[in-house]
Amino acid sequence: MYNSGKIITGLVLFLGVVTMPFWFNIGKADVKPDPSLDTPVIRQMKVKHCIESKQFMIDNHMELLNAWRNAVVRNNKTIYVSTAGQYFTMSLEDTCFHCHSNEKQFCDQCHTYANIQPYCWECHVKPVEEAANGHR
Amino acid sequence: MDIDKRKFLKLVGVSGALWVGSRLAGGLSSVFNIRDRFDKQALADAGYEVGTMVPDPGELKAKQWAMAIDVRQFKTPEDYTRCIQACDKIHNIPDITTQQDIKWIWEEPYSAAFPEQHNQYMEAALKSTPILLLCNQCEFPPCVRVCPTGATFKRQDGIVMMDYHRCIGCRYCMAACPYGSRSFNFKDPRPYIKKIDPAYPTRTKGVVEKCDFCAERLDQGLMPACVEASKGALIFGDLRDPDSDVRKVLSTNFSIRRKPELGTQPNVFYIL
Ligand code: SF4
Ligand code: SF4
Repeated sequence: MYNSGKIITGLVLFLGVVTMPFWFNIGKADVKPDPSLDTPVIRQMKVKHCIESKQFMIDNHMELLNAWRNAVVRNNKTIYVSTAGQYFTMSLEDTCFHCHSNEKQFCDQCHTYANIQPYCWECHVKPVEEAANGHR
Repeated sequence: MDIDKRKFLKLVGVSGALWVGSRLAGGLSSVFNIRDRFDKQALADAGYEVGTMVPDPGELKAKQWAMAIDVRQFKTPEDYTRCIQACDKIHNIPDITTQQDIKWIWEEPYSAAFPEQHNQYMEAALKSTPILLLCNQCEFPPCVRVCPTGATFKRQDGIVMMDYHRCIGCRYCMAACPYGSRSFNFKDPRPYIKKIDPAYPTRTKGVVEKCDFCAERLDQGLMPACVEASKGALIFGDLRDPDSDVRKVLSTNFSIRRKPELGTQPNVFYIL
């Protein structure tokens, strides 16, 4: 084999460069997002329950919100009848943020982890987070 | 104790479910003290299916909303600013002092509001009276015809509505509107809003906006903000209902509309 020295060195270098991200991150486990549910309103709830089950909200909140926005803006429908038969105003500001007033902890953690940038906040007004809460 | 495994498991299951059920029923109703403005009893009576999206039972309905502006009642500058500020405040409208200003409801001299009816020798009082202008919620709106994304559309009740989520900022609607009722966000409006009302979204750079007859308030059973603030100078109602307030003032007073010859059928009337 001609030039075997150069070829093997080249291959080793190439493999090293290609796998560099793995070397850099070795031993550093990505911190799993752990959205905080600790807000003044949630703290006062006797039974901590969202408008639908926790798993449903984790899996489907984006689709639910999308359906809400079309219903409110395009079909003059403003109220959601939940599976438990409760009624909710379909509004980020009035309903979701009423409890989840900690956008940085509750929304951003997972969105950053999953590398998605929802642009809700360009128009919808973020809840004012309490300084006393340790958020912010 | 002669209870077998099967019976025991059943018992545990049933009592567990009962406990969770009672906690949920008690818990849910008492913890959500959200600003719910709707009538819960009316909703319960309607017997809607769960998992559905439904209108507010108190919503105001019409076949075609319309407004009459009684220009005679606007005497002092306060009469105008009252209406304009009511709108600006609840809709988070920025105050930009350049030509890039955002207008939902604003004032212009008579000659600008009705250019084709401006006579050289006209009543002095009228000549100097500013006129309140807003989107005419046209019956045949050219802005809706040209919008490529359906961001601007006509609701069942005649309101020409904006869905800012879908606006791509092409500004075709601005070119199509013969009344200059639409404004474009050349920049982020937030720094120019005096006090942001968190109950209503702001807009963002690159979308077009305009008056929507307070659609969000009508859907909750409230009259438009400017109408409420006007102390009777703005009359609002269903144009298709002969007994409505608008129809009553229109049938007893002389009124004009802006550029009726274009065939857009404006739904804002001016009583002079
Ligand atoms: S006034 Fe202009 S923006 Fe309003 S509906 Fe008519 S064409 Fe559209
Ligand atoms: S109807 Fe509503 S949106 Fe239109 S000018 Fe009046 S207050 Fe503003």
